[in-house]
Amino acid sequence: MTVHPFYRRERNQHPPALTPNYKSSVLRAPFRPLVSPEQAELDWTGPAFGHDMLGPLDNDLIRNASAGGEALGERIIVHGRVLDENARPVPNALIEVWQANAGGRYAHSNDTYLAPLDPNFSGCGRTISGADGTYVFRTIKPGPYPWPNNGSDWRPAHIHLSIFGEAFAQRLITQLYFEGDPLIPLCPIVNTIPDPAIVERLVARLDFKNQMPFDCLAYRFDIVLRGRRQTYFENREEGA
Amino acid sequence: MSDGPFDGRLKETPSQTAGPYVHIGTAPQSIGRPALPNQPGPVAFEGTGAVTVEGIVYDGAGEPVRDAMIEFWGADPDGRVGRNGLFGRTTSDFRTGVYRFRTARPGPLKAGTAPYIAILIFARGINLHLATRLYFPENRAQIDADPDLRRVSPSGRASLTAVKASDGEADYRFDIHLQGENETVFFDV
Ligand SMILES: [Fe+3]
Repeated sequence: MTVHPFYRRERNQHPPALTPNYKSSVLRAPFRPLVSPEQAELDWTGPAFGHDMLGPLDNDLIRNASAGGEALGERIIVHGRVLDENARPVPNALIEVWQANAGGRYAHSNDTYLAPLDPNFSGCGRTISGADGTYVFRTIKPGPYPWPNNGSDWRPAHIHLSIFGEAFAQRLITQLYFEGDPLIPLCPIVNTIPDPAIVERLVARLDFKNQMPFDCLAYRFDIVLRGRRQTYFENREEGA
Repeated sequence: MSDGPFDGRLKETPSQTAGPYVHIGTAPQSIGRPALPNQPGPVAFEGTGAVTVEGIVYDGAGEPVRDAMIEFWGADPDGRVGRNGLFGRTTSDFRTGVYRFRTARPGPLKAGTAPYIAILIFARGINLHLATRLYFPENRAQIDADPDLRRVSPSGRASLTAVKASDGEADYRFDIHLQGENETVFFDV
């Protein structure tokens, strides 16, 4: 019996491996075609994460690395839903985030950018989606930063996101950008995705009405993970 | 995406590179910060049946990739996954490029297949994570008979098979070549 519980990844919705304007890809892109095996138990299962694994401040980057104060910068919440390709909510999805501080500097030993570190900010957080797939974290808006690529290229403000759904096949790491940032169309990493309409799905929208008054602006960002084939899902439920 | 009636499939969120600072969010201990509670690390399994794997991810110029984050997911020694599956995460050493992890030698998922550990590779310059598999040299006969590996050339199969380590603390050596003559086989799962 041949079963492929998850839809094949639509590779044209993702950047190709070799993207010469993003120079780091040139020596790190495989040349040979990928091999497509039958999906197996290791693909449709995955590590399980529960809400009890999180610390109380894990989803509050403004305070979770406090050295006595709060992080500097534009205070924002980022929220949305984790769904699958069938538009079903994905509960208990672990979302790990990392980002630069408001000046565009990472709290990482390899980042030597001249902007100062923020003693109250590590740029590391986590959250888990609820039963309806919703998630939220609070942070400061990261600054853009220069990096060596074609001379001094600039990254638009972005937050890195690592997502675990319910299956290893759904594993995804990506980056969230902010609506209205003029650096988005100039970025060689953004432009590894050839279609601007696909890039739009990485742009968080200002969600003014969900601000925390006199505290934080809100941005909305929905995440879509791979979905299970319906027929398989139903059969599997019978026998599982 | 709207909250209205839904009449078709959604598109998966596109991938972007994990970048050079992936450690901050996924492996803070590798940059000298405390790991978060219950954060997966390089040791997923101890005790009878545990094995240590080490290796280097090489780029197309033969240089070690020193900023990789590697995830592994495998069955337990009896071939059980589900909630018994073993997951962990490791990073390349910033100086040497060597990664190391410890997990169970897995049992086969089903009869007629060779047991393997699923491996994902994330790094700067990798736009969408690469998926590969680690098979064990003791399972040569099962590897040659495995239906998934029939469409892989003999040299490709060799690229997926760890080598028994002869010295040091590791049991197996598993080098990954992102590009070139010895390119590792990567999967579209
Ligand atoms: Fe970044």
